[in-house]
Amino acid sequence: MTRTEFWQGNTACAEGALAAGCNFFGGYPITPSTEVAEHMALRLPKKNGVFIQMEDELASMAAIIGASWTGARAMTATSGPGFSLMMENIGFAAMTETPCVIVNVQRGGPSTGQPTMGAQGDMMQCRFGSHGDYSVIALCPASVQEMFELTAKAFNLADRYRVPVFLMADEIVGHMREKITVPDSVERVARRELIRGTLPFAAGDDLVPGFATFGKGYGVHVTGLTHDERGYPCTTNVKIHHNLVKRLVDKVENARRDVADFDIINPDAGDVFIAYGAPVRTVQQVLHDNPGRKIGFLRIRTVWPFPDFALGQFKNARRFLVPEMNFGQIAREIERHVRVPVVSIPKLGGDLHLPGELMAALEARL
Amino acid sequence: MTFEDWFRKDRLPHIFCAGCGNGTIINCTLAAVDQMDWKKEETVFVSGIGCSSRAPGYIMTDSLHTTHGRALAFATGVKMANRKLNVVVFTGDGDLAAIGGNHFIHACRRNIDMTVVCMNNQIYGMTGGQGSPTTPRGYLSTTTPYGSAEPAFDLCDLAIAAGANYVARWTSYHVKELEKAVLAGLQTPGLSFIEAMTQCPTNFGRRNKFRQVADQVEFLKKHSLLKVKRDRLLLENKEVPADMFVVGELVRRSRPAMGVSP
Ligand SMILES: Cc1ncc(C[n+]2csc(CCOP(=O)(O)OP(=O)(O)O)c2C)c(N)n1
Ligand code: SF4
Ligand SMILES: [Mg+2]
Repeated sequence: MTRTEFWQGNTACAEGALAAGCNFFGGYPITPSTEVAEHMALRLPKKNGVFIQMEDELASMAAIIGASWTGARAMTATSGPGFSLMMENIGFAAMTETPCVIVNVQRGGPSTGQPTMGAQGDMMQCRFGSHGDYSVIALCPASVQEMFELTAKAFNLADRYRVPVFLMADEIVGHMREKITVPDSVERVARRELIRGTLPFAAGDDLVPGFATFGKGYGVHVTGLTHDERGYPCTTNVKIHHNLVKRLVDKVENARRDVADFDIINPDAGDVFIAYGAPVRTVQQVLHDNPGRKIGFLRIRTVWPFPDFALGQFKNARRFLVPEMNFGQIAREIERHVRVPVVSIPKLGGDLHLPGELMAALEARL
Repeated sequence: MTFEDWFRKDRLPHIFCAGCGNGTIINCTLAAVDQMDWKKEETVFVSGIGCSSRAPGYIMTDSLHTTHGRALAFATGVKMANRKLNVVVFTGDGDLAAIGGNHFIHACRRNIDMTVVCMNNQIYGMTGGQGSPTTPRGYLSTTTPYGSAEPAFDLCDLAIAAGANYVARWTSYHVKELEKAVLAGLQTPGLSFIEAMTQCPTNFGRRNKFRQVADQVEFLKKHSLLKVKRDRLLLENKEVPADMFVVGELVRRSRPAMGVSP
């Protein structure tokens, strides 16, 4: 059974989280993400969950990590300035392999920038924003429906791989209102518990250790310091550090195909658009307006780890056109993987690309 | 069972310098914890970053050694998500009062049901002896080579003003009193704050001409002013010596608290 609603993207995000069993939200108000917190404040107490407005975003990130160690499905939501403040503790979550979901409804930056205008300027920050090497998973919704679905999915991925998972939305999808089909229930993948008697940071073939939930007698020590498989600090051992960080990276990078989520349209086209998030909508419009013309489209939902293998499916591609609401953050990532020209089509300021702007890029000579 | 049963034996030896006061504070805390009717599996120790914050690593319960200054925010998440857990936080003067000052006042304001033990050695021990918000005026550190020019924080005053239900201060000299204060803190619903003045011979004592560890403990003892004596001075309209700190139970009250186990 499903039901139809007419929701704002941020409401759909909160509802997607609740459908996935989110039972802890810690956050700090910031435009254009605040409605997510407000909706959670309304709904969580009625579901025996915990909503807490923390004193800042450092604390929000800390609180959801603490909650996650008690077994909670924990989430926060923010935008640019708050996202910057979260970075140190995001690295802590990566190092301690703490499942958690971070929603970033992106706005124009740097700094306080454009609080009420959409952007995609944090795509690299979400991948590399905390210090040191690590890998994360990031999903980009392009509609209200996807705000719901991808948020729910983010919880499953976080628990499955024990990583911070980002919902990298933007003001446009966060604030738009659309028809949405709400399912009665969504798929839930449970966090795999530690097998008693095994070490809390020792992993098998999938490189993801079982989770030693607090309060169950594991006596686990969790630290952001480099640690051995027991979880004990081991900060000067070259091998242990190398192997730990390599595993943190590999467990995500090796799962690239499993977590990939993209659509391919017209794989034999010469001109191929690549988009994620709100700009997807303009590309869809261009395709719709030009039915007779073979225009390729790679539409990506899982941006990190980047689905590089999908690019190879466009065998006749002579160029990739990449509209983004930033100065080519993902265009540069694409450039690393292909031999043909990659044309970045940046648009900043908060407006979506117009179909005409994408057509102009398409008509421009190589 | 004794308090020694709470130690994680496979983690010894510890990293603390000879003569460091942190061991004393940890012993007093665990001796108090041991008198509670707590199950080990329902007890969680949380800390930030610093020598003092290494304490949870030596305790055999679930423990969370977090980022510098943020212990109370992590602990808030733990406690609010599972109220059945007994949460004890170890922190240092830099961790709690400098980088973590905002979390400190908000945890006290929320009055979250947990006990916070701050090992105040008046210095940044772990990073090699820089000045902290509790370094007394005139004292030397690597970043106050001409003597600290800044007034120091009174952490207990801060906790009281912000709303903690239980606040006490003792020193590494007053081990019995300290243990009793921690116990009272553990028993009080809401946020309990216990400040333990302690010696850092390596980075505070050495620079400030305390030749022996005992000299610094003696210094802490000498500068302690019992709360009853302080109150008498105030009553008699006499001056309270500026270089002394008050020790004793400073507040015990029952403001509304959050996260209390149902
Ligand atoms: C964000 C951040 N800034 C700085 C540091 C470096 N650092 C580590 S411990 C410390 C000071 C600790 O002082 P205190 O809390 O008093 O603990 P002590 O070592 O004295 O027990 C600092 C500045 C850090 N780890 N993280
Ligand atoms: S540096 Fe100071 S606080 Fe740190 S272990 Fe040594 S004596 Fe203790
Ligand atoms: Mg200190």
